[in-house]
Amino acid sequence: MADNAPLTLEQILKPLETWLEVEFTFIHVTEIAESLARLTREEQDFFLTWTRRISTTNIQIAYQFAVRATAGLMHMDQRVIEAWALHAMDTYDRAGLRPAMQVIEDVENFVHLSHAHAEGAVFEDFSGILLTFVHGLSGRQLKIAQGDAPYTDSETLFLPAVVATMEKAKDNFTLCKAMVAFQWAQTRFGSFRINFNDAFGAYEDQELALKQFHGLETLRLEACLQRELPGLAREMQRLKQTLAENEAIPNIWQRFAELLAAPGATVNDSLRMLTDAYQAPLAPTTCYQGELRPDAVTACMTKRTEHEKMHLRIKLAQMLEEMQKQQTEAPREAPPKIDVKEHQDSPNEIPSFDIMLDDMPVAPPEGVKQLLTSVYLDFGEIPPEYLVAAGDGDYDLTQFEDQGKNPDDVWQGTYHEEGATFYPEWDHGRQHYRKNWCVMREKDVTPVHDDFVPQTLQKYSGLIKHLHRTFEAMRDEDKLFKRQAAGDEVDIDALVEALADARDGREMSDRLFMHMHRAERNVAVMFMVDMSGSTKGWINDAERESLVLLCETLERLGDRYAIYGFSGNTRKRCEIYRIKHFDERYDDMVRARISGIRPQDYTRMGFAIRHLTKVLNAIEAKTRLLITLSDGKPDDYFDGYRSAYGIEDTRQALIEAKRTGVHPFCITIDKEGQKYLPHMYGAAQYVIIDEVRKLPLKVADIYRRLTT
Amino acid sequence: MQARALESEAYFIEAEPYYEATGDEIKIFEAAYRNKLPILLKGPTGCGKTRFMEYMAWRLQRPLITVSCHDDLTASDLVGRYLVKGGETTWVDGPLTRAVRAGAICYLDEIVEARKDTMVVIHPLADDRRVLPMEKLGTLVSADENFCLAVSYNPGYQSVLKDLKQSTRQRFVALEFDYPTTELEAKIVANESKIDRPLADKLVKFAHMTRNLKGSGLDEGASTRLLVHAGKLISSGIEPVSACRSAIAQAITDDVEMLAAIQELSSSLF
Repeated sequence: MADNAPLTLEQILKPLETWLEVEFTFIHVTEIAESLARLTREEQDFFLTWTRRISTTNIQIAYQFAVRATAGLMHMDQRVIEAWALHAMDTYDRAGLRPAMQVIEDVENFVHLSHAHAEGAVFEDFSGILLTFVHGLSGRQLKIAQGDAPYTDSETLFLPAVVATMEKAKDNFTLCKAMVAFQWAQTRFGSFRINFNDAFGAYEDQELALKQFHGLETLRLEACLQRELPGLAREMQRLKQTLAENEAIPNIWQRFAELLAAPGATVNDSLRMLTDAYQAPLAPTTCYQGELRPDAVTACMTKRTEHEKMHLRIKLAQMLEEMQKQQTEAPREAPPKIDVKEHQDSPNEIPSFDIMLDDMPVAPPEGVKQLLTSVYLDFGEIPPEYLVAAGDGDYDLTQFEDQGKNPDDVWQGTYHEEGATFYPEWDHGRQHYRKNWCVMREKDVTPVHDDFVPQTLQKYSGLIKHLHRTFEAMRDEDKLFKRQAAGDEVDIDALVEALADARDGREMSDRLFMHMHRAERNVAVMFMVDMSGSTKGWINDAERESLVLLCETLERLGDRYAIYGFSGNTRKRCEIYRIKHFDERYDDMVRARISGIRPQDYTRMGFAIRHLTKVLNAIEAKTRLLITLSDGKPDDYFDGYRSAYGIEDTRQALIEAKRTGVHPFCITIDKEGQKYLPHMYGAAQYVIIDEVRKLPLKVADIYRRLTT
Repeated sequence: MQARALESEAYFIEAEPYYEATGDEIKIFEAAYRNKLPILLKGPTGCGKTRFMEYMAWRLQRPLITVSCHDDLTASDLVGRYLVKGGETTWVDGPLTRAVRAGAICYLDEIVEARKDTMVVIHPLADDRRVLPMEKLGTLVSADENFCLAVSYNPGYQSVLKDLKQSTRQRFVALEFDYPTTELEAKIVANESKIDRPLADKLVKFAHMTRNLKGSGLDEGASTRLLVHAGKLISSGIEPVSACRSAIAQAITDDVEMLAAIQELSSSLF
């Protein structure tokens, strides 16, 4: 078929030249086009699409991609290439051009790992499942992240972007799972309970010592996993057999393995054997053992142990304080002696802890339990210095916490992204998300205590009366259904009629009961108010007036509602303004905040929809509505968030919202809205109000129609 | 056993139900029963609340009337209602009234699910008055001295809207149930599903893994009841991994990714 005929050189050259802006960049595309011309149409399409998608991010990366892809990767699994391209673009977003180019240039790493047709396991695909998997295993709550090699710092498990060691995707996934389980075992079975400096300082070749030690630990952990997760251990054996890793293991290593397989073996046994292993041939390696990075572990552990010690001591002090409050007797002279008692149901389990106060057991609160478990994993016991309640001066946890910084500090002095929430953004050129792209902060609207609200109420007093009446009619009222086949009470009217019928010789109805029907309005609604600079003036006034009228009516109706404003100034400063959250009452403070709504910067919508959807979904309700009050299409300053990009991101965010069961709706005064709203919200999911003045009159009415 | 129809107040439990005490709950229940105090059972689903009630009913030799509450359950469903029979209305007692008259144990399962108006009839029964107002008959039924009211509720996953009111909860003697200790749970699973002990140990370990996931995607971990189900499947010759999938994983979640992760956990274990 003509449709499937490969593109000619000419057909390939032209788009490539446009995408790579050859006119300005002087990139030579002929060679790329020539090698592409030799491929099938399907392959051509694949490479061309990706080149185009990358070119919207960066032309240099797109060019390097095209060169390398056509040079060596033509017959590789397309999913692996995709992962590689996306990884490069993510790196570009996160760290800039140079690291991204390194990823692209590192393609040899991908290729030499892979078989000719390897079906790799891609981090994006497996990380979710494996994160849940590792949470299911006992111990500390570990995180999973993408790294340059498989290793762990004792809190985060790092895995490569693509694993393509095995030929089949399924086996590669199993390998990832084995890596995760192995790293988990390192934290669970105390591989890091040694001082790395002391342990390896004595050896001349520290690198060798580290390697051999890792080999010994691998043997010990394999035995632990064999006991703990026999099913997985079988799979790990199978992987090793496939890769022929079991062959030709030196005798001395087999002996090490036997010794370390003893159930009581600890990291100290491995350390003791290291003197022999240092002289022995190189340790056999396995596909899942990854790397041992003492520096990362030490850095992470130092920070954690300090933090946890302080935390535990403060928690203990708080516990004592609580208990003292409850005690009616005179305060005691000496503080009680604190101790912990471990109890272990079976020898392989992490023990659970009871706190002993002067030998009286006290059940520790949930947070303390987790702390104790984490401390136990680090030390194999709870060191006594951890069990001293903090003194009065020691209560300051702030040095360990990143939270709670004032969002306004961001633009003063040094720039930091701490304390912010990150949201992805849809890049339609790339047809993929930009990860952690928007830096979102929640702030409160500065309340203004003036007479705006009373004035509005005065101005619309007639309308408000009318709205009260209509909305009261909508409240969920119990309805008595008569003549039902089943119900709480006998419907005497129906019964009399039925009896009369029966006397008459006619058929007697069986609908003789009354049933009380309770219709429950179970609606939660989120109002998302445009606070961009373009609303300045009477649009802002109209928005505020609408909100006052809405609050008045919603209070009557009893629906749960929240009001948030949004505005943005580039992706680094995406702001959500709290006006009223769901649990807040409509009081003077909320009124003052409504009055205090002021136009801010630009209209970046995607992050706002994503964040407010999350807030809305935390509320339990049958129907969840997300209503946007807006004055125009998405538009942000400087970083390309306008026209198609902004609309597509907003649309994507709305699709995500709908997927979670939220019903989005848009009320706008943009007369141009007809052009883009159907695409963003869907045909019937928006309303355009042609006169700003009418906004307050209409909004409540629209809400009524939406929810009945 | 053949199917047979019984009046609900004639439902005596004849054979001793299998129950392993986890603490002093039996003693407390008996003391409360002797003192005519109503009892509130708290705890996650499938940890043995209903089995405990059956056991106590057997031990006290009282009939057990169980009502599973749902969000459409009204006071009339408990107290009774008029029905039309042959051109006349006749009153029919509801399960609670039957229990009150016959001196049975009435067990209202998941009480918070019921409509608010049911509390009106429960309150006077649950304090020292021990009377049941029959609004539609205009009478009061004072409870038989053997009558006992027990309700259960799961504080874990109900919404704030459905929390038990202080005025209700403060009438009851509360017994807290949780999953049994590892040791005991394995014993229960082995005993109930007739599998050998090492396998039961593994099932319990698997349950602990799913309970670790509570809060990170699961509302509730695998209950002891599900372990027994899985154990029964295994003893009928189903492969452990498949049994865990059908009896446990699919029962606790519909989320595809969560299912896959749980599947990975069980395949790692067996």
